[in-house]
Amino acid sequence: MKPVHAFLGGVHPKPNKNTDVLPSIRLNDFPEVEILLQQHIGPPCACVVAPGDYVYVGQLIGKAEHPMAVPIHSSVSGTVKEIHYVVSAIGAPVESVRIESDMKFNMLPSLSCPVINSKEEFLAMVRSCGLVGLGGASFPTHIKLSPPKGKEPDLLLINAAECEPYITSDYRLICEHPDQVIDGILAVMKWIDIPRTIIGFEDNKPFVQKIFSHELGKRVFKTGEKSDIQIRSLKTKYPQGAEKMLIYSLSGRKVPTGKLPHDVRVLVMNVTTVCFIGRYMKEGVPLVRKRITLDGSALNTPGNFNVPIGAKIKDVIAAAGGTREEPRKIIMGGPMMGVALDRDDCGIIKANNAILVFGSKETKIPAESPCIRCGRCVAACPMNLMPTGIDQSTRARDLNGLEFFHVMDCIECGCCTYVCPAKRFLTQSIKNGKVFVKAENARLEREKQLVTSLAGSLPGKEGQSGKQDQ
Amino acid sequence: MKLEVSNSPHIRDRATTASIMRDVLLALCPAVIASGIIFGLRAVLMILVSVLSCMIFEYLARKIMKRENTLFDLSAVVTGVLLAFNLPPTLPVYMVVIGAFFAIVIVKQMFGGIGNNFVNPALTSRIFLVIAFPKAMTLWSAREGAFSFLKSLSGADLVSSATPLAALRNASADLVSSATPLQDNYTLPSLLKLFLGDKAGSIGEVCILALLIGAAYLLARKVIAPWIPLAYLGSFTLMVMLFGNTSFFETIIEDPLSVSAWETALFEPTYMLLSGGLILGAFFMATDYVTSPITRRGKIIFGIGCGLLTFLIRYYGNIAEGVSFSIILMNILAPNIDRLTMRKPFGGRKHEQV
Repeated sequence: MKPVHAFLGGVHPKPNKNTDVLPSIRLNDFPEVEILLQQHIGPPCACVVAPGDYVYVGQLIGKAEHPMAVPIHSSVSGTVKEIHYVVSAIGAPVESVRIESDMKFNMLPSLSCPVINSKEEFLAMVRSCGLVGLGGASFPTHIKLSPPKGKEPDLLLINAAECEPYITSDYRLICEHPDQVIDGILAVMKWIDIPRTIIGFEDNKPFVQKIFSHELGKRVFKTGEKSDIQIRSLKTKYPQGAEKMLIYSLSGRKVPTGKLPHDVRVLVMNVTTVCFIGRYMKEGVPLVRKRITLDGSALNTPGNFNVPIGAKIKDVIAAAGGTREEPRKIIMGGPMMGVALDRDDCGIIKANNAILVFGSKETKIPAESPCIRCGRCVAACPMNLMPTGIDQSTRARDLNGLEFFHVMDCIECGCCTYVCPAKRFLTQSIKNGKVFVKAENARLEREKQLVTSLAGSLPGKEGQSGKQDQ
Repeated sequence: MKLEVSNSPHIRDRATTASIMRDVLLALCPAVIASGIIFGLRAVLMILVSVLSCMIFEYLARKIMKRENTLFDLSAVVTGVLLAFNLPPTLPVYMVVIGAFFAIVIVKQMFGGIGNNFVNPALTSRIFLVIAFPKAMTLWSAREGAFSFLKSLSGADLVSSATPLAALRNASADLVSSATPLQDNYTLPSLLKLFLGDKAGSIGEVCILALLIGAAYLLARKVIAPWIPLAYLGSFTLMVMLFGNTSFFETIIEDPLSVSAWETALFEPTYMLLSGGLILGAFFMATDYVTSPITRRGKIIFGIGCGLLTFLIRYYGNIAEGVSFSIILMNILAPNIDRLTMRKPFGGRKHEQV
């Protein structure tokens, strides 16, 4: 067993894995769903249904026209009511399809298990079943599985770390469908031609090693078949599940700043994403359901719930047992990097892993006070940055300072803000700093081009004169 | 339904500025009690006056500057205690108040309040008082005779006495024996007396035992990291061993197995470590967050710098405030040390200076 590398920094919030022993419950009691037509990084899908149409479970409702786009399918059977723009969880307008469910969940008759005979067919399948990175990033999986020439991966890493507090959906998936996880891993290894896989999980998850060893032991591999799958336990430390940290911990390779995992010949996939590949190849139903951890002090019965994509959050909370006090904060995601919602009628999207519902006690965020230069943020940063320096430069609108402190290398994990005794909003300040740097660099670029174009319009020279509007 | 929409992360660690200051105050309690036992009630009175003056000056300064009240972060209380710890037990009370004014208003608030001072307020105020009131600030006393609660209450049994370091300097004697009388019947205290505080000196610096108890608490609570004290005391001890009056390494190499050789060799470094404000400075002053570097490498460089300077001032300098000046000089260098010891980002090449 090779030595495990430990990244510097990181924090240890209270894990609160309250729901890890509870089996997942399937919920279907949703009278209507609101399915967004953009649930991936890239341009939105084009709607191919109209109000009044009857749709089946698994029927295509959003066609992926751009190469990066990933198709979207209906998660219920029923009538399309409306195609309109809604505000997403992060505040952006997105086109959405509202479907009234007939509660029958009739499957699309033409659904069938895929037959794969080549890498191209495999990638086409990965795209057509609607798969994106289900760890929260929503990166189109078919693009992830097609790294540029010369950067083919020699190592597949499966991210089962689940380092955010509260969230246990990946863990429950491992407990309930380890066979589909291994199926998916073997399919990726075969068609993308990756010789070796390591599954990494945090050591606060009991039995993962046993579950996977047992599952692998059941399989009979032919000679020459790729079967090198290791299971490795990692020390529990947030953000162990962050891509760069996971790659370093499992393989010792450091992804250079500004580069991607394929630049160190590694491919990282979330365990739920790779499991879906295994499941789709056996069952043929596109991505229309998601396992969500519901937790938080305001809930009656926290747990993991398998819900249709597009189910409204307030309906999910009600179907899962309801609240015992007035919710004051609803977070889509974990408490370290999740987004606080301003309304509870957003539809569940593919990237959701958790809904946290807190009452007034946990919602109090203390007021900011001056930085006392204690250095805890510097010690906690997994990227070795100086958050207090970035904070200072952002507030002073100091572009040179921001670049000196490498603001663009921040992964926005929230460790600095978590440890700050002065309760400064460091992560928020760093995000503002990044926006400022991008805007300033764009402005400087425009000015440079303006100067160049003006120089080209001096008397005696041919060509167009005048300003060029960007 | 009214939902709170704030930016991630949505959870915070328990520590606050005030809770950290509370830990520091707890760590200073043993030394406060020790000062009362050794120097009598007057010492405790000085600490109280210092704390109250610091708090009042901070409140007034913030009000006059039209800024929000920062008394609740308890930093003024900590400054008050540390300032008093640096003063001789017979200092007139009005000078304590002036010292508090200088520390809080001039060194701290004029530069922007907590987090913005570039030198340690308590130490700088001590230097200011030494320059402003040299006679009163160098009038040292020690407790005379056996310890007794009643005598301590009246504080009447303090007699003026030289501090060990001052006596050594005046006599230019080599530190060889603890029983050598130097001048005016002054006997150098034994190592045990040095450790327990039965000597002349500032209120808070004398009882090493109490200070170490407090330091252990701070280290256990992770309020201070061990790097600065280790680097400070380590480099200082090494300099004493190499360049002090007793050649440590020569003595040891000559006769490595003899206990008395070790005793002779170790006497000077131990004596130097336990004298003056070194332990107080290394654990409570140099580790002040605001004025020390924030990177680990920076803290080590800072500690080594303090150690070197303290050695130079004690052995080749003429002043009694070796520790104070060393720390202040390194405070001034702290921002530069930070910039030079910044780590390169994970996966990055060494950063280019902008």
